[in-house]
Amino acid sequence: MMFGWTGKLLRVNLTDGTIAKEALNIEDARKYLGGRGLGTKMIMDEVDPKVDPFSPENKLIFMTGPLTGTLASSGGRYEVVSKAPLTGTIGASNSGGHFGPELKYAGYDGIIFEGESDKPVYLYINDDEVELRSAEHLWGKTVFDTTDELLKETAEDARVACIGPGGELKVLFATVMNDKNRAAGRSGLGAVMGSKKLKAVVARGTKSIKAAKPEEFLESCTDARRKLKEHPVTGTGLPTYGTEILVNILNQSGALPTRNWRDGGYFEHAEETSGEALVDKYLVKNKGCFGCNMGCGRVTRIPDGKFKGFGEGPEYEAGWSYGADCGVSDLAAICKANFICNELGIDPITMGSTIACAMELYEKGLIKREEIGGSLNFGDADAIVELTRKTGLREGFGNKLAEGSYRLAESYGHPELSMSVKKQEMPAYDGRGVQGMGLEYATSNRGGCHVRGYLTSPEILGIPAKLDPLVTEDKAGWLKTFQDLTAVVDSVGICLFTTFGIGLKEISDMLRGATGMDLSDEDVLKAGERIWNLERLFNLKAGFTKKDDTLPERLLKEPLPNGPGKGKVVELDTMLKEYYEVRGWDEAGVPTGEKKKELAL
Amino acid sequence: MISPEKCIGCRTCELICSFGKYKEFNPRNAAVSVFAYDEAALAVPLMCMQCEEPSCMKVCPTFAISKSEDGSVLIDSSKCIGCKMCISACPVGNISYNTIQKEMVKCNLCEGEPKCAEFCPSGAIAYVEATATNLDKKKKMAEKFKELFGEVNE
Repeated sequence: MMFGWTGKLLRVNLTDGTIAKEALNIEDARKYLGGRGLGTKMIMDEVDPKVDPFSPENKLIFMTGPLTGTLASSGGRYEVVSKAPLTGTIGASNSGGHFGPELKYAGYDGIIFEGESDKPVYLYINDDEVELRSAEHLWGKTVFDTTDELLKETAEDARVACIGPGGELKVLFATVMNDKNRAAGRSGLGAVMGSKKLKAVVARGTKSIKAAKPEEFLESCTDARRKLKEHPVTGTGLPTYGTEILVNILNQSGALPTRNWRDGGYFEHAEETSGEALVDKYLVKNKGCFGCNMGCGRVTRIPDGKFKGFGEGPEYEAGWSYGADCGVSDLAAICKANFICNELGIDPITMGSTIACAMELYEKGLIKREEIGGSLNFGDADAIVELTRKTGLREGFGNKLAEGSYRLAESYGHPELSMSVKKQEMPAYDGRGVQGMGLEYATSNRGGCHVRGYLTSPEILGIPAKLDPLVTEDKAGWLKTFQDLTAVVDSVGICLFTTFGIGLKEISDMLRGATGMDLSDEDVLKAGERIWNLERLFNLKAGFTKKDDTLPERLLKEPLPNGPGKGKVVELDTMLKEYYEVRGWDEAGVPTGEKKKELAL
Repeated sequence: MISPEKCIGCRTCELICSFGKYKEFNPRNAAVSVFAYDEAALAVPLMCMQCEEPSCMKVCPTFAISKSEDGSVLIDSSKCIGCKMCISACPVGNISYNTIQKEMVKCNLCEGEPKCAEFCPSGAIAYVEATATNLDKKKKMAEKFKELFGEVNE
């Protein structure tokens, strides 16, 4: 009898079409928890880190956590893990919605896809019956059409995770989309799915998930939910304005990167693109993922005009990439571009940032008018919509944008104009005005990313304590804790946003109640550290070194021109040295033998 | 009382309901189900309406279903033979069959403290006394008038 976990995995070989059921390794589950941790462990064991992400030797893993599908606060998450095509690092991307829980109700903790199919297929899981079916009739279809058709031909109450044309065409930042609008969004894992010709995974499950200590589990879930309800961010801010509430906050802090980070951290049209404006003009309704008591999701509609449309979002980082980063003030265009990302299955953070990079290349005269068939200045609302569509379909100039900003800027001889780390675009928080975020980007195991150790929380929001965003002192230590805790959150199957209102203790309580495992709070955080170090070891084996733990020249050499951080650059060298020490890594950023032993790696 | 315009579609009610009944998580064995309609901006949580004249009660061949003093319609599992006639008889489709525990699933208002209402994060499910006033939509309409005329007078 398993508690929390289901204890079973599916292994699907797409080359020969075989499907096997295997037992979950309980020792690994204890050490790596689930989701991101367990997925990474399996990739590390079974995939050569130097492998070409698009080769059949790369594997693609869908993995839930022990709290997925339970009453745990916002316990609806799953993780997609693979070697990432955009960065070449380990790729792990988390998503909510209802797909993850459904996979568990069908009786599986996760699925390992290996090999590659020669024809488009989808996997249909209906409890114990699991089969690969032809997806030739779905190839080329959008995420929405694919989802609708699959629900018709399988079961109305099933849940779908799929790719759109972006994934099929191997756009390097293609997403895996589930329940239409929820995305395992970053690092291009949708493109790996496309390279394997796997169009979708459909799950339907009628089984139960049990908690080891039902009464204690109920109590810890109730406690966590109450704390989230009472916290100003998770109880009021996120439900009222969604993540877009951050637009005005970051702008006031002088850390809202503007026009490809060229014009500092202040966008004069921020107000027009804010969460408040979204609620006023286009919000239809709040939406919650499975088991969530925050409900930050935005169902939005542009009722008329040339950007007419309906969908979800944008989230803060997507709204920023198309808004401040492209200098666009038209919120309708931003929403529309975001809708198209969801339909075609591409990541709006990288998409908007890549267009912003192209805009700077154009204004510098490096991209010529003839090449794109028109102008491409900052602030062009039509361009963000049209180029998003073209990129998702790899049409015309979109074919170049589909490689992301680093490869684009490099092809014009100016890679320094790509605002990326390890070739993945950094989102929405200028490290010059929020120093800890600078260190966070430089050390993130999947390249430029905000959800690997969200220091914005203490540095800007003052949660759980207020740190001065402009100093470097103590940031390394804080970052380590945040990175390790985030690895726990992504692995147990709950939403990262819960950590505004609850911490290690509440998460560990829920984990103990669900699984019955005898783990102290320290053991749980140690599992997070183990996961972080394992990811690091993967990247080192893939060929990354200390020199890759860096930031675009702009953040290191061009001082912020405005705002509270005026005159600042990211003081990375100081923080990085301290960070390696805090991590127990040597001067080259390699985990020492002692550290590996301590973590049982 | 159900307010579909407030429901965010998180299905926490399904989770806590199945847990309350069977100490395990299984939305398909919950007595409440949420149906989401994004385009209409609605999500509808549906559960037994505790009818004044329950069809399920009338059709039950073993008299396992009764209406209690507080108004809840209850199934006595010791009398229930699992014939599923009540499922057919319910005009609103609010009784289902649990294939794991092999029994009928119907909301019993958790003996007067419905867990779904307690855990609902948005207030879409609320447990209130059925009075003429709170079932009356006239008042809501009157409040809209008040808002509109209030603006005009400002």
